[in-house]
Amino acid sequence: MAYDKFNILKSTAVPLPLENVDTDQIIPARFLKATERKGFGDNLFRDWRYNSDDTPKESFVLNNSIYGGKILVGGRNFGSGSSREHAAWAVYDYGFRCVVSSFFADIFRNNCLNIGVLPVQVSAEFSEQIFNAIYDDPNTELEINLPEQTISISSTRASETFEINSYKKENLTNGFDDIDYLQNIKGEIETFAKDLII
Amino acid sequence: MSKTLFDKVWDSHVVKSVKGGPDVFFIDRHFIHEVTSPVAFLGLKSRGLSVMYPERTFATADHNTPTINQHLPVEDPLSANQLKTLEENSKLHGISHWGLGHENNGIVHVVGPEHGITLPGATIVCGDSHTSTHGAFGAIAFGIGTSEVEMVLSTQCIMQPKPKKMRINVNGHLGNGVTPKDVALYIIAKLTTSGATGYFVEYAGDVFENMTMEGRMTVCNLSIEMGARGGMIAPDQKTYNYLEGRSQTPKGDAWDTALAYWKTLKTDDDAQFDKELTFVASDIEPMITYGTNPGMGIGISKSIPLSEALVGGEKTTYKKSLDYMGYHENEPMIGKQVDFVFVGSCTNGRIEDFRDFASIIKGKQKAENVTAWLVPGSHIVEAQIKEEGILDIITEAGFALRQPGCSACLAMNDDKVPAGKYAVSTSNRNFEGRQGPGSRTLLASPLVAAAAAVTGVVTDPRDLL
Ligand code: SF4
Repeated sequence: MAYDKFNILKSTAVPLPLENVDTDQIIPARFLKATERKGFGDNLFRDWRYNSDDTPKESFVLNNSIYGGKILVGGRNFGSGSSREHAAWAVYDYGFRCVVSSFFADIFRNNCLNIGVLPVQVSAEFSEQIFNAIYDDPNTELEINLPEQTISISSTRASETFEINSYKKENLTNGFDDIDYLQNIKGEIETFAKDLII
Repeated sequence: MSKTLFDKVWDSHVVKSVKGGPDVFFIDRHFIHEVTSPVAFLGLKSRGLSVMYPERTFATADHNTPTINQHLPVEDPLSANQLKTLEENSKLHGISHWGLGHENNGIVHVVGPEHGITLPGATIVCGDSHTSTHGAFGAIAFGIGTSEVEMVLSTQCIMQPKPKKMRINVNGHLGNGVTPKDVALYIIAKLTTSGATGYFVEYAGDVFENMTMEGRMTVCNLSIEMGARGGMIAPDQKTYNYLEGRSQTPKGDAWDTALAYWKTLKTDDDAQFDKELTFVASDIEPMITYGTNPGMGIGISKSIPLSEALVGGEKTTYKKSLDYMGYHENEPMIGKQVDFVFVGSCTNGRIEDFRDFASIIKGKQKAENVTAWLVPGSHIVEAQIKEEGILDIITEAGFALRQPGCSACLAMNDDKVPAGKYAVSTSNRNFEGRQGPGSRTLLASPLVAAAAAVTGVVTDPRDLL
């Protein structure tokens, strides 16, 4: 599915400093019954965000109007658990284009990259600095510069570089995905498959 | 150059490597189910693509199916729609489909091995993280997202950077009442849920060599819970014996050719791992979890750990977790309240798990305060339970057997644990709300589940053996 190209993103951010946030929290299983990719943002963090009678939980950060923006800053080991791409869809559909954490679970990171959400892995120290800066001033902006591979905090001017492989970087900047690439090498795949034992 | 088992299988499936990027990785076997496939098929449709090798994809309905009255129409319209969509998509693209009611139906990671679709040296993916189960046969198997499901359908390939390699050795003899599930929960507790992120694990040592194929599946299944993409065990005579003659395994000359190849699938003596860990079997006791991730597990005779040593975010997260469970630091687990017992899932829903369960409950009665869901992993397991007389033992003890499916493992169907209630579960995840909004899960082996089911509280199964 086509997604918005990613280049430089400057935005305020939403802090969620919990560790091991798993995909069952990002989107609980009972919302996976759809056969289309629609409306997942409404149920992002459903059980942390709403009481059982569907009233918003005041204490949860997404219900706090002080915080907002296109960047979600999570704690360590973000996105562990299930392979459900619905978690990444929910993040995207809610309006986030980037998730920052000091450590990502593998499948979640992959899923994000495949649908146009940029996972930015920072050092533990820089993650602390980001949380502190946002708590000091919720209007603090983060700037994610994909071409330069840097993330900076506007209020403190602190900055750090992040890793991404050049192939994925090119995809994100152009809004391409892997299927576009694979379609172009189908002939090579066919030749390869001829020699397989099973 | 010396290679590990993982290298051998991975390298032989790389169609090409992209400069500065991932490998184009060929997939031999692809499993799909009703929950993570519909959007992938929609993607194919919108791009006007077809399925490149339909014979390499296998569909089964499991995540969202009822576990009683499977002969009746599925009541929930959304679930019914997902099941219908899977059936229609499979039919349209010529994919084998074992839907609800089909004699081969069951949980995807149970039926794959049962029919010999899972083979040594194969690359296997599915839109479900516990695809790692199939690594028990010496396959590279891992979970993928829906975009990748679409890639496999349309090109039989995904784009993957090669993970790092870790070997986990467990040597010695397991004590009485200690099962493969306990070995896995023990390792996860040592490594934490992110300890193996970025790695693919090979399990080695006599504990795994002596394990049955079903036990190996339980261990590989749980690899994902320490963050690993997958885990694998070198194939041996046990593997070949298990596979020979199953409906989808190669036959005749094709079997001989395959077997000769499979025998080359072991790690060379001087091959290098990026990380290597070794544990001692006799240190492991029956395990149980007390928190909200699978890494929060302890020996059943131990008390809930103190948070003293934790700092910052770790401490907040730990306290939040205990609050959710309604537990306190330093409390013993033995004697804790149990309301539900769930035996099933792709982790522990095979015949040996039901044999274990029966060995404890035989001649006893279900505790009155406990609601028990016993859910076989497939119709074949269900039939074995009946043939071996386990059903009689279950019924005499006041339990009932349900029909196959994922059930309370992820509670997408009606098998939901109510808010605030405690469930001892043989499944794989104790995340908040995993078994129903507000549910509290204690992960354990079928033996621990059985002990809880007849005593009504957390009980050391060794006292009942
Ligand atoms: S039993 Fe649970 S873990 Fe296994 S395939 Fe079903 S939902 Fe996934």
